[in-house]
Amino acid sequence: MKHGRWRFLLGALVPALVLHVVFVLSPYAQAFWLSLTDWTGVAGEAQFVGADNYVRLGGDSLFLDAVRNNALLLLVVPLVTIALGLFLASMLRTSSSRLGQGYRIVYFFPQLLSLVVIAVLWSFVYNPNTGLLNSGLRAVGLGAMAQSWLAEPAFALVAVMVVLIWSSVGFYVVLFSAAIEGIPRELFEAALLDGAGKWATFSRVTLPLVRESVQVAFVYLGIAALDAFAVVQVMTVGPGGPDGATEVIGLSLYRTAFSYGKFGYASAMGVALFFATLTLAVLALRSGRKERLELA
Amino acid sequence: MNPESQVRPYPTRRALLKTAATAAIAVPALAGCVTAGKDDDAPAAAGADKTAENPLGVKADAPLEVVVFKGGYGDDYAVAAETKYQQKYPQTKIDHKGLQKVGEAMQPRFVAGDPPDVVDNTGAGRLDIATLVGASQVSDLAGLLDAPSLDQPGKKVRDTLLPGVVEDGTFAGKTVALNFTYTVWGLWYSKSLFTERGWAYPKTWDEMITLCGEIKKTGVAPWTYQGKYPEYINDPLLSMAAKAGGPDLVKAVDNLQPGAWKQDGLVQAATAFAELAGRGFLMSGSEALSHTEAQAAWCQKKAAFIPCGSWLESEQKGVAPAGFDMVMGTVPARGGSDKLPVTAVQAASSESFLVPAKAKNPAGGQEYLRILFSKESATAFAKANSTLPSVTGATDGLTLTSGLGSVRDAVTAAGRDTFTYRFRTWYAPLAKAVDDATGELVNKRLSPADWANRIQKAADQVAQDSTVTKFTR
Repeated sequence: MKHGRWRFLLGALVPALVLHVVFVLSPYAQAFWLSLTDWTGVAGEAQFVGADNYVRLGGDSLFLDAVRNNALLLLVVPLVTIALGLFLASMLRTSSSRLGQGYRIVYFFPQLLSLVVIAVLWSFVYNPNTGLLNSGLRAVGLGAMAQSWLAEPAFALVAVMVVLIWSSVGFYVVLFSAAIEGIPRELFEAALLDGAGKWATFSRVTLPLVRESVQVAFVYLGIAALDAFAVVQVMTVGPGGPDGATEVIGLSLYRTAFSYGKFGYASAMGVALFFATLTLAVLALRSGRKERLELA
Repeated sequence: MNPESQVRPYPTRRALLKTAATAAIAVPALAGCVTAGKDDDAPAAAGADKTAENPLGVKADAPLEVVVFKGGYGDDYAVAAETKYQQKYPQTKIDHKGLQKVGEAMQPRFVAGDPPDVVDNTGAGRLDIATLVGASQVSDLAGLLDAPSLDQPGKKVRDTLLPGVVEDGTFAGKTVALNFTYTVWGLWYSKSLFTERGWAYPKTWDEMITLCGEIKKTGVAPWTYQGKYPEYINDPLLSMAAKAGGPDLVKAVDNLQPGAWKQDGLVQAATAFAELAGRGFLMSGSEALSHTEAQAAWCQKKAAFIPCGSWLESEQKGVAPAGFDMVMGTVPARGGSDKLPVTAVQAASSESFLVPAKAKNPAGGQEYLRILFSKESATAFAKANSTLPSVTGATDGLTLTSGLGSVRDAVTAAGRDTFTYRFRTWYAPLAKAVDDATGELVNKRLSPADWANRIQKAADQVAQDSTVTKFTR
């Protein structure tokens, strides 16, 4: 009897475990090993070079540009997306239900498109001569503000951020709406009776009670901000330009591996990115551990 | 019954940790996988005797595997050559693969030491040829080059190719790739538009500046370029520099000589293009346009000139209006004491065919290339794709479109005066640095002197990098 249970457990676990080890863990392990070699991607052998690849990262100006840009993305994208998401979600709660439902669906639309499609569409929007953005500005008499959005170092990264935020905010509206709906109505009513305004209700009732959703959103968005490869690769000048203004780590990694044939060095970038992402996730989840509100 | 299982019906925390630890130790053992390709040489088909009919000693019954990039040119031309091979060696079995992502498919096979007999290493996902050479994955094609041509009696294969083709495939003294198409770079314009407005194509840069002033007055932008990919505007700049400094300038650049990028020819050319931007002769917004957008604007006659390679005409099929009559002109001379005549063109071959070092039937692979590079096969290719093949005289007697005709005339006029920079294929990171710097230069964010300084710094870095395989010419 007990014997059979073990057999069942093993039978259920082993195939999944084997798949996980072969297709998830072993590539990770290989990347760690390759980051210590000079593997070219086509040779049958690789020389061990120790920490050389990691030392080189520090002096690679394009990689440092990428780190700077990813850091900026990490600062801006999650904050703005979450702020917008929370704002829209709490507005939806107060609006009449049918209209709110409709909006929720509309907000979710970008989530249905592949990121590549989104990047292509936005590169049309940003086209300096025929794009929607500049045409719109000219139509309302603001032609002086028209820019070559993706070719100006000052605007290119902002343009990328806008696309990232636009494409993800809908998902978080839905996520936060669900979290807000989980809050008992009486709490809002009580707040209302106590004379709380909209801002007080939001900051004292809504926000503390959806804290965990916000935390999860930070982790997801943080990971997305450390990536951003697809949008940058498809949309930007160069790509990654002008002159490194929108370079991201993923793009550096891709170019180093597939155009320069330096898989060892690219793996080192990947490992660095891995630790950055891991640190971020741990920090974000730790920071919210302190208190847990219990809903009576 | 197992007594253990009675005591511990479920794995304990400790047991789990133990398993995890074992896995952690086992995983690095798996890590060797990617690089565990066997080095033992596969038994290459033992060559047959070399005869006049079979100069490469092909074993008649050895199977042949051909992998071809199936892009803009399709792969019918490669299949046609395979059919001829089959006719010549009826006992063989040919395995043909037409792929879009050649690099992705071939990388694991190179690593495993099991590559096909012929690879057309072309397209966006191609493998870096310098890396392949560095890893000794490609074989020397000297035997093929010295073999008699298939259909031009008395000539060796080497002598049937256009100037520069053999050099393009040569790395560290060994010719490892043969490129099938021949690309020429220049400035494109609409012949009908120029005739209608009475504009004459300029021979010198001063004439170009004067003409651009005139063009601008008519409301047409003098130039546009494919700003999203700054390498396009690099080509005329580097062409101008090569004409001024001659082959020595090009060699100094490719050989990473100290100060090579500060040579007068290069700084002068950079100054010329900075002037083009400074005077507002570049169509506004060009800097953010992709190649399709910029080329479409040019076809709509919003701009007069666009820099591009000779593929432009086939790329604009269906976009260029009827009667547009695009033609390619050679880059104007900076003037004064140029070392090369103004008819000199930047020309390079592409669509690179190679025979892997670990191919099982290398003689068959070379014989296949001998058939592919025959005049008959090249002429059929030119007809089907309106593209210049790298075989001399392949377009003789054909009626050509305006663009291809102008390209052929440019090649004929240039004679031996063709040049090409090799650093793009030798040192990809340097090419990236040059593209970025030129993008900044023509957007007035970088002065010509800083342009030279910046690229020189990048070139010095490549020169000092011991992990980069160096080539010289």
